Amino acid sequence: MAEYAIELRNVSKHFGPVVAVDHVTLSIRDGEFFSLLGPSGCGKTTTLRLIAGFELPTGGEIYIGGQLQGETPPYRRPVNTVFQNYALFPHMTVYENVAFGLEMRRVPKDEIQRRVREALEMVRLPGMENRRPNQLSGGQQQRVALARALVNRPKVLLLDEPLGALDLKLRKAMQLELKALQERVGITFVYVTHDQEEALTMSDRIAVMNEGRVLQVGTPEEIYERPTCRFVADFIGETNFLSGRVKERRPKEVVVLVDGSVEVLVAADREVGVGDEVTIAIRPERISLHAKPPDPRALPGRVEERIYVGTDIRYLVRLTEQTVLSVRQQNPGTDAMIRFSPGDTVYLHWRLPSARLLTE
Amino acid sequence: MAERPRARRETVRLLFLIAPSLFWLLVFFLFPLLLVFAISFGQRGTYGGVRWDLTLENYVRFFDPLYLRIFGRTFSIALTTTFLCLLIGYPLAYFIATRPARWRNGLVLLLMIPFWTNFLIRTYAWLLILRDQGVINTFWTGPLHEFLVQIATALPLPLWEILLRATSQPLHLFGTDGAIIVGLVYGWLPDMVLPCYAAIERLDFSLVEAAQDLYANRFRSFTRVILPLTMPGIIAGSILVFIPSLGAYVTPDLLGGAKSIMLGNVIYSQFMSARDYPFGSAISFVLMAVMLVGTLVYFRMGAE
Amino acid sequence: MTGSRGVGSGTRRRGRWLARLLALHGVLGYLFLYAPIVVLVIYSFNASRYASGAWRGFTLDWYARLFTNEAIGAALRNTLIVAGVSTLVSTVFGTMVALAMERYDFRGKLAFDALLYLPIIIPDIAMAVMLLLFFVLARVQLGLTTIIISHVAFNISFVAVVVRARLAYFDITLEEAAQDLYANEWQTFRRVTLPLIMPGILGGALLAFTLSIDDFVITFFTAGPGSTTLPLRIYSMVKLGVTPEVNALSSMMLLASIGLVLLSLLLQKGGGGGIEIA
Repeated sequence: MAEYAIELRNVSKHFGPVVAVDHVTLSIRDGEFFSLLGPSGCGKTTTLRLIAGFELPTGGEIYIGGQLQGETPPYRRPVNTVFQNYALFPHMTVYENVAFGLEMRRVPKDEIQRRVREALEMVRLPGMENRRPNQLSGGQQQRVALARALVNRPKVLLLDEPLGALDLKLRKAMQLELKALQERVGITFVYVTHDQEEALTMSDRIAVMNEGRVLQVGTPEEIYERPTCRFVADFIGETNFLSGRVKERRPKEVVVLVDGSVEVLVAADREVGVGDEVTIAIRPERISLHAKPPDPRALPGRVEERIYVGTDIRYLVRLTEQTVLSVRQQNPGTDAMIRFSPGDTVYLHWRLPSARLLTE
Repeated sequence: MAERPRARRETVRLLFLIAPSLFWLLVFFLFPLLLVFAISFGQRGTYGGVRWDLTLENYVRFFDPLYLRIFGRTFSIALTTTFLCLLIGYPLAYFIATRPARWRNGLVLLLMIPFWTNFLIRTYAWLLILRDQGVINTFWTGPLHEFLVQIATALPLPLWEILLRATSQPLHLFGTDGAIIVGLVYGWLPDMVLPCYAAIERLDFSLVEAAQDLYANRFRSFTRVILPLTMPGIIAGSILVFIPSLGAYVTPDLLGGAKSIMLGNVIYSQFMSARDYPFGSAISFVLMAVMLVGTLVYFRMGAE
Repeated sequence: MTGSRGVGSGTRRRGRWLARLLALHGVLGYLFLYAPIVVLVIYSFNASRYASGAWRGFTLDWYARLFTNEAIGAALRNTLIVAGVSTLVSTVFGTMVALAMERYDFRGKLAFDALLYLPIIIPDIAMAVMLLLFFVLARVQLGLTTIIISHVAFNISFVAVVVRARLAYFDITLEEAAQDLYANEWQTFRRVTLPLIMPGILGGALLAFTLSIDDFVITFFTAGPGSTTLPLRIYSMVKLGVTPEVNALSSMMLLASIGLVLLSLLLQKGGGGGIEIA
């Protein structure tokens, strides 16, 4: 029956007049690494707290392992949480922290000992049992928090921006480690983050949230390659937006008149009618620049600025009066690469599927 | 398992947590407070009890020149005490705040130790110092007088006469308003220093440097930057000193002798010797009203 | 050029003088605070039969007499009973109410908050009068019980203030973490909340104990025959003509108070919540 580890059905949470979570429906599969991604205040942390039981939903239903949760208090839910600030008990040693959950569940003493040791080994912190949290580095505290949750072998592990307080390098290392750990223990992870790169790196599936709503659920590739709305396209990575009106529908393509002057061809992967207002999204790295038109579809533009950013060269190219596109050319580091200068006329070109038609 | 709604359990828990204190404060604080208020409109019974004929007489009686004078004296003693505390306390707070950080906690601790010791004993210590046979006068009529006698015999001058006559009898320090003020300043000085210190310590001294960079001299940078920014501390300290000074009982009782009395002593005598509960209640209530207004003004200012 | 340099060094010199003046003021300020206490302690060792006056040699007589004085023994016992019981009751109640005020929102909270602060603000003479009237009109026999009731009435507020200061620093996610790790509400309180706010509770208890031992005015009004406490004893000794014994007694109490302060500060070192001076 429990095909899904967690199911939210139409869940809402109001704080007074503020709607933090707005009719969210989600199904998280068993053993999945699932991320809730969105800007701060989008409702992702509240969603997590609703699953953990720290907050009760104003409306809707939450199922964990097929069981309706209702008003079940946090201590009777088969989930454990890794908190953003770790929430390690400052008056207990590392051992006492990790053993706390087992002790509360009256696990026999010798089993507690064994499992705590195993958990600390798993997060690569053996020999730290008698330290206090304030004697540990941020990364070590993070591992203790992880061990403290995992030692209970929960059905689902909830993680609330657990890497947020770490510096960039450590964070990158921990991302890979967490992902490997999740694959090893096979526990469902629900991971809250505002860092799109983190979500793309680690997740099996991602739910992008904004203003309390889930906008799109999909694999990292789906989310990046086929965003369904402007917010998702904009929030994940860098995107150029061209707005225009549908001029003509062909069997496989749509012709859009951008800013009333430039015709752009897009794959027809959704239903639009002639005259509809639409937006075209195109990633900067999918556009190539040419001195001469490589294809009749290529669009002419004028280079406004060239910015050197190390791995790439970034150009700002004016397409129309209203629209400037950002274009990234990889920097291969040889003189072979053609460089354009401000004022040059260039031709912009991309493969047809790279441009996405958005209706909103 | 069917569970009771969490909200109701929370309500039960809240009630459990506040019930004992609420009960205690209602029965043994708020009710007596209202009782005092009610009795202040009653009349004195024949044998010291209370007759419940409503009257404003007790408040009218407060305007009797005798009590007005005591009220005025109480007010001026409290005001002088507050002013002196500020005069001594603010520079002291400034002194502590400008010491190296590792000294400061120790200095604050040194300030608190006398403050935490028994008020009665601290007042009594001043009695030892100020009274006619006290420390000051033992020195005044003893070694100092003898020293002057020796000088006078060795070198007779008319000037010595005056000094000899002055030191031949003790100074009357005890039993004066001055003695009360000294006792009160001593008692409540830390109450002034601590909030001032907190305000000065929090002050960003780069603001003073900025003022001096903008051509303000030392005096100007003090009056235009430091003083306004530490004003909350000054106000808090002043209220913390003024309120207990106004309600002082022990200090005037021990250091003021029979002549110098304050409102607190009047309240005491109405209850303990005159047995005029209604009038005593009325005075207490006036005292409380003045203090409540003061505190409210303080919170209003703090809110801004 | 020379002129401006002259002005510069002039203000600098004045600045140095100001700094010296400030330091002198600081030293004098502390002298003012400690001189009377030192005088009192010195006189407790003076062989003179008068409580103040000329030095007549060192003696421990006054301390010896103190320990054989039965009235003082009884007063000490009363003081400890009053302070002990009122501290216990007010610490439990005050901690409970502090938890309620920090964790819950309810109707009338503002009014209750005001009621909770009032005993701290109100002058002790006014509170003493209120309680006396109440006990007299309720025909309650004045004695140790009425003193304890009165001390609890003001100590609840002080304990609540200190514990609330500690709770304000409390990270609520620690409680959530405990509940996430299967601790129910009571286990969460016992194992996480209570140990973490313990320094605040002990600080509040010590404050209550000190205030209770120190209180004279409210005790004076609510005491009956046979319930004399140490401050009352000292007061009557002072009033009835000063004997040097009172110097010794005062010095002992001074020592006890200082010990309590240092103890409470040691406890406060255990974490954030400082003691609010009121």
